[in-house]
Amino acid sequence: MQRLTSPDALEKLRAELAGKRQAIKKTVFVCCGPGCLANGSRKIADAIGLQMEKQKVDASVGYRRCTTGCHGFCEQGPLVIVQPGDIFYCKVKPSDAATIVERTVKGDELVERLLYLDPGTKQRCKAFTEIPFYAKQTRVALARIGTLDPTDLGNAIASGGYASLAKALFTMKPDQVIDLVDRSGLRGKGGGGFLTGRKWRSCVKAPGDRRYVICNGDEGDPGAFMDRATMEGDPHCVIEGMIIGAYAVGSHEGYVYVREEYPLAVEYMQLGVDEARKAGLLGDNILGSDFSFDIKISRGGGAFVCGESSALMRSVEGKVGEPRAKYIHSVERGLWDQPTVLNNVETWATVPVIVQKGVDWFRSMGTKGSPGTKAFSLSGQVRNTGLIEVPMGVTLREVIFGIGGGLFKRRTFKAVQTGGPSGGCLPEDKLDLAVDFDELTRAGSMMGSGGMIVMDDRACMVDVARYFTAFLVDESCGKCVPCREGTKQLLALLTDITHGNATEDHLARIEALAATIMQASLCALGKSAPNPVLSTLKQFRQEYLSHIEKKRCPAGVCKPLTRFVIDEETCTGCGLCLKACPVDAIRGEKKKPHTIEPSKCITCAACREVCPVDAVEVAS
Amino acid sequence: MSTLVKIKIDEKEYEVPRGRYLLAICQENGIPIPTLCHHESVEPWGGCRLCVVEFRKKRWDSWWTELATACLYPAEDGLCVWTRSEKVMKARRTILDLLLARCPGSEVITKIAAEHGVYQTSFAKREGEDNCILCGLCTRVCDRVGARAIATALRGALKEVSTPFGEPPPDCLGCLSCAHVCPTHTIGHTEADGKRTVWGRTFELVRCSGCGAASVTREQVEYAVRTKNLSPEYFVKCDACKRRESAATFAGLLFDERKGGEGPVGPTGSGPSHE
Repeated sequence: MQRLTSPDALEKLRAELAGKRQAIKKTVFVCCGPGCLANGSRKIADAIGLQMEKQKVDASVGYRRCTTGCHGFCEQGPLVIVQPGDIFYCKVKPSDAATIVERTVKGDELVERLLYLDPGTKQRCKAFTEIPFYAKQTRVALARIGTLDPTDLGNAIASGGYASLAKALFTMKPDQVIDLVDRSGLRGKGGGGFLTGRKWRSCVKAPGDRRYVICNGDEGDPGAFMDRATMEGDPHCVIEGMIIGAYAVGSHEGYVYVREEYPLAVEYMQLGVDEARKAGLLGDNILGSDFSFDIKISRGGGAFVCGESSALMRSVEGKVGEPRAKYIHSVERGLWDQPTVLNNVETWATVPVIVQKGVDWFRSMGTKGSPGTKAFSLSGQVRNTGLIEVPMGVTLREVIFGIGGGLFKRRTFKAVQTGGPSGGCLPEDKLDLAVDFDELTRAGSMMGSGGMIVMDDRACMVDVARYFTAFLVDESCGKCVPCREGTKQLLALLTDITHGNATEDHLARIEALAATIMQASLCALGKSAPNPVLSTLKQFRQEYLSHIEKKRCPAGVCKPLTRFVIDEETCTGCGLCLKACPVDAIRGEKKKPHTIEPSKCITCAACREVCPVDAVEVAS
Repeated sequence: MSTLVKIKIDEKEYEVPRGRYLLAICQENGIPIPTLCHHESVEPWGGCRLCVVEFRKKRWDSWWTELATACLYPAEDGLCVWTRSEKVMKARRTILDLLLARCPGSEVITKIAAEHGVYQTSFAKREGEDNCILCGLCTRVCDRVGARAIATALRGALKEVSTPFGEPPPDCLGCLSCAHVCPTHTIGHTEADGKRTVWGRTFELVRCSGCGAASVTREQVEYAVRTKNLSPEYFVKCDACKRRESAATFAGLLFDERKGGEGPVGPTGSGPSHE
């Protein structure tokens, strides 16, 4: 790509690319997000490319195949979309390539069996816009993901990329950019929800020789993949956001901190930066202006704590990733002790859209305190796992049951875990809560980076708390005593409960220890480490008491406290459990109620999983 | 830094330089604050959390009261601090309880815990015989010395102070600074027959040509010569012998003066004469 030396050159290129795109008759988009890739979407893309050549509908005659980032509906992957027409094929196999190309690309027919079947209406959906999972979303930061090839800068430019940068650089003063972001009310989407405009302004005001901007791509919460999808699906929107931010605060050097466990994100971000530099969008005199800025990719070793700003900065500096006390904020003294703006991937990705569409448009979405949208990764026991973006203020019910499609057959909702290991679990009576930064915090959980794990009636909340605490024990950096030693002891107390060794004062001891960990820990990881325990204790105290007093795990998860029995009246004698049992503990004749031999049972719950009528129960 | 600000500690007013850390202010004014990870030769760290104090200040539009570590909290105008409030003492007791569970055999921890009313740990005791509390003083002092021979390895519950790959550290000088600052005296070292062993590595000690005493390692000498621009001659004699010689030289000069000789020729350079 030639070097762009003025905003006009950029627009000329965009017009040229758009013209080329106009000429394209049909495009086949193959989702190559992590979920689809794991299910073989690369092979599907290859097969489709091969078939297009074979059936003579390739690039030479105006057809195009495009591999994209995550389209979002991971549950139904691998996904293939044909445009125009928003034709959406799910659970595609490489062997379907020939049919898709022949009937939908070459011809104008639909492959009925590959269309999404709406479980509600029992109808096949022709276009993805008809699918509730998509219809109920509002995509801002994720808007372009799934519609372009992340490895091609031309794709991003044709889709409007870097137009906001040109607008900011040539029609706005740095202070006007800050003012715009400030008035938009954009809040940091990495978890804290701090006002982005205020952060930028503090950085400008802070004394220093140099200023830095950093993109935090160290997404580490279990069950969170929004940032990954953004970096892998549309690296240029992140880069563009960073350049605009750098211009606003007067920085000439930026870093993207990505965890090495996201190899594709590292690769695509690096590629994006290199391409942008070649095109004159990074480096000296961006787009011919007198503003210069460059980005380096810094790879993290995957420590959860390096998502914390001061630890992240130490890690970028090449030191051990440990946080420092932030009595002096990192925006004043951050990377190499210089004023530093650190924002999360999603926040940076939102900035260009705000510059383009303005404050009023942005504020028309979301709530008063939390305008705009938020991306969530929906996972756990919900039908439609995947990546979504919704306006702030929608209810949890809308997210889980509307977009998420609710729970699986015969299962009931028990809790949703938001905010990752630092967040909390919210029960059914909080389902009508409007999701925004303040409401979630008030309810005893937090927004976090946007992981949402749905749990059904077979999840034990004590075990959930124990799981997250164990995660934090491993991920504590170990610098301060309350976090390192405290979480370890918290885990020991929780393990006592799940093993049936707890005494009546265990809950009081947990609460006392949790209070000290929260008050005395050095960083936000430690200060929020007791959240999983405290929130489950607040919402599901009865379940804890059952473990302690009755030595019974009502959900049937904690093995030492669980005994399974088969309900005589419900059992149809189908024999599925008998076949599933790995230790031959189940006896029974066909069509007669079966029984479990307690001395042989290892409580693996295999019988419960396969029983079609839920006859396997936890003994009281 | 030189601007004075008014702060209140335990309801008493003090005028202190802005930005001075609270721990230093308390120590200067005889207010006892326990700490295990602080040492004047290195930057404050905030790891042990024992020095927590409760503070109240105005941030944005509202009043806040929370715990902060005195070692890292800079004084600012109007700051109100309590060093022995109920919240503070409770946090310190829990921290000591946790440390006691980590190092049940440490005399130092046992003593400080007892001073705070914690006589035995209420938590599960760690198995293992070392008394390391991971205060990081050894690694920070090693960095300060410039050797950077040891560091922490791993994280969370598995974290430990380690040499590179757990092998005898190639960059260690054998200076024992780490062992001297360790608050729980847990860094083992031995000295016998002109040899010193620390971190699994044995160092040869340089003997004083005067009295024969062995106090520095060959690596220390080489390091000092290389980085501090000192002559190797500087280490031929030990400090005690050098002092003795200086004293003798001065005595001789005085004696010469009284006799009215050619006039004194003072010692030149930093090294004493070896004549």
